[in-house]
Amino acid sequence: MSETPQRPWALLAELSHGCPLHCPYCSNPLELVRRSAELSTDEWCEVMRQAGEFGVVHTHLSGGEPLLRVDLEQIVAAADAAGIYTQLVTSGVGLTEDRLGSLVDAGLRSVQLSVQHADPARSDRIAGHRAFAAKERAAALIRAAGLPLGVNVVLHRDNLDAVDAIVDLAVAWDAERIELANTQFYGWALRNREALLPSREQLARAGAAIERRRAELAGTIELVWVMPDYFDGVAKPCMGGWGAVSLTVAPDGTVLPCPAASVLPDLDPPNVRDRSLEWIWDSSPAFTRYRGTAWMPEPCRSCPSREIDFGGCRCQAYALTGDAARTDPACALSPDHALVRAAVDAPRDTAAPTTEPLPLAAPGQRARASAASVPYVYRTPAAGRRAP
Amino acid sequence: MSRTPGASTRTDARPAPAAGPAVTTAVDPAWRPALSPGIMLRRDRVREADLLVLPERVVVLTGRAADIVRLCDGRREVAAIVGELADRFPGAPVPDEVPAFLARLREQGWLR
Ligand code: SF4
Ligand code: SF4
Repeated sequence: MSETPQRPWALLAELSHGCPLHCPYCSNPLELVRRSAELSTDEWCEVMRQAGEFGVVHTHLSGGEPLLRVDLEQIVAAADAAGIYTQLVTSGVGLTEDRLGSLVDAGLRSVQLSVQHADPARSDRIAGHRAFAAKERAAALIRAAGLPLGVNVVLHRDNLDAVDAIVDLAVAWDAERIELANTQFYGWALRNREALLPSREQLARAGAAIERRRAELAGTIELVWVMPDYFDGVAKPCMGGWGAVSLTVAPDGTVLPCPAASVLPDLDPPNVRDRSLEWIWDSSPAFTRYRGTAWMPEPCRSCPSREIDFGGCRCQAYALTGDAARTDPACALSPDHALVRAAVDAPRDTAAPTTEPLPLAAPGQRARASAASVPYVYRTPAAGRRAP
Repeated sequence: MSRTPGASTRTDARPAPAAGPAVTTAVDPAWRPALSPGIMLRRDRVREADLLVLPERVVVLTGRAADIVRLCDGRREVAAIVGELADRFPGAPVPDEVPAFLARLREQGWLR
C-alpha cells in the first residue's frame, strides 16, 4: 500500500498480563509478558499522548487485569488529557470504592465488567478463581458512581446453556450493554478447544434465547451476540481490517494490529520504545503486511466479500494451517475449511455441564473434572502475582 | 483481557453517520437535554469532524448536528435551544427539525 492509511480510531491498551483469574479462553498470548518487562508510567503516558495526537479517540484499558497497575489513575489522566475516551475492561477483582473514585476523578468514562457465568460457583470454576462476589460488588460500585456498565461474557460449552440467566444477571446489575461473544479459538482457547467447543444444538438454543431476550429488552439494554465463525462458515472481519481501525499495545510496548497477532512467528512487531506510533501505523512491515487486499491469495483475491471480511482472521489461518496468509479456514470457501468442520462435527457429550462446582485447581494445573466435562488448562499464574 | 479478540467490539470505533432529521416526535419544550453519562462530545482535529464518543462506539456528527448537541448542557430548555439556533441560522427549518433530532438522540440513549 503506497497511499497513507486512514488513522486509527481506537487503542487497546493491554496494561498488564497479570491477572488473578485464569479464564481458559483468555485472549492473552500463551507467552505472557512478565511484570518487570512492562512499560513504565511515563512510557504509557507518552503512548496516550502520541495516540491522541495521531487520531485515536477511544481506548480500552485492559490486560490481564488493568487494576494491577498501581499507576492506572495516571494512565487514565494522560489519556483523558490527550482527548481520548477511556473505558476500563476489568474482572472486577480489586475495584474498591476508593479506587473507582480516584479513577473517575482521573477521567474514567465507563467500565466493562467480565463475567464467566450467572451462577457464582460455576463462574468461579471457569475463572479458576473465587471472583464472582467481587464482580457483584464492582457492578454496584460502578453504577453508584454513575458510570455506564457493560457486562461481557465469553461464551462456550460450559455457559451457553445459561444465556438467559446471564442476561437476567446483567439486567439486575443495571448494565446498559451485554456482550455475549462466542469463543474464538486461538491461543488459550485453542488449547482448551476440546473443553470449550459447543455443539450445534447448544448454539442454536442459545441463539433462539438471545433473539427472544433481545425483542423483550429492546430499548432498555443493548444485547450483542457474536456468532462463532467455526459454525456459520463465515469469516469474521477481524479488527475491521488489518491496521484499519485500531491497534493494540501489549504490556511491554509491542504494538500489534490485533491482540492475538503476537502468535505470528515472522511478524516482527514494532515497539513503542523504539518507534513512534505514526511510523508504526503508517510504515511498519507488521502493519502494512496484511493491510488492504493486495496480499490476498485465492479464493479471497477474486471474492466479492474481500472488502467486507478482509479474508478473515490471520491468526486463525496461521493457527490452523501454519500460514498466516491463507484464507481463514472458518470461511466455507477456504480450501482448508474441512479443518474447522472436523472440529465442529466431532461427536462430543454436550449434556448439561457438571452441576456441582469443581474444586479449583492451582494455577497452571488442570482442574479436577467430573466425568462429564473436559478439564481446562488454566493459564499460568500471571507473572503479575509477583511484586511489580 | 476477558474479551476474545474476535468479539464484535473490534469494530468499536468505526464511525456511523449521525441520524438525519426524523419524522416529528412530540418533544416537551421544557425538556432540558443533556448528554447521557459516559458520552463525550469532542472536536477531532485530525479528521476535522465533531464526534460523540460512546462506551463502545464513535458517532461522527454531520451537518449542524454538533451545533445542536453543544447546546444540550442540561440547563437550556428545548425552546431556548430552538430559539438560539433559529437566531444563528436564519432561514433554516430549525423549529421543525431540531426537536425531532433531539428526540432521535434520546431514543438512541445519547441524550437524556
Ligand atoms: S473467500 Fe476470503 S474474502 Fe471471500 S468470504 Fe471467504 S474469507 Fe472472505
Ligand atoms: S484470565 Fe480471564 S479475566 Fe484475566 S485477562 Fe484472561 S480473560 Fe481476562
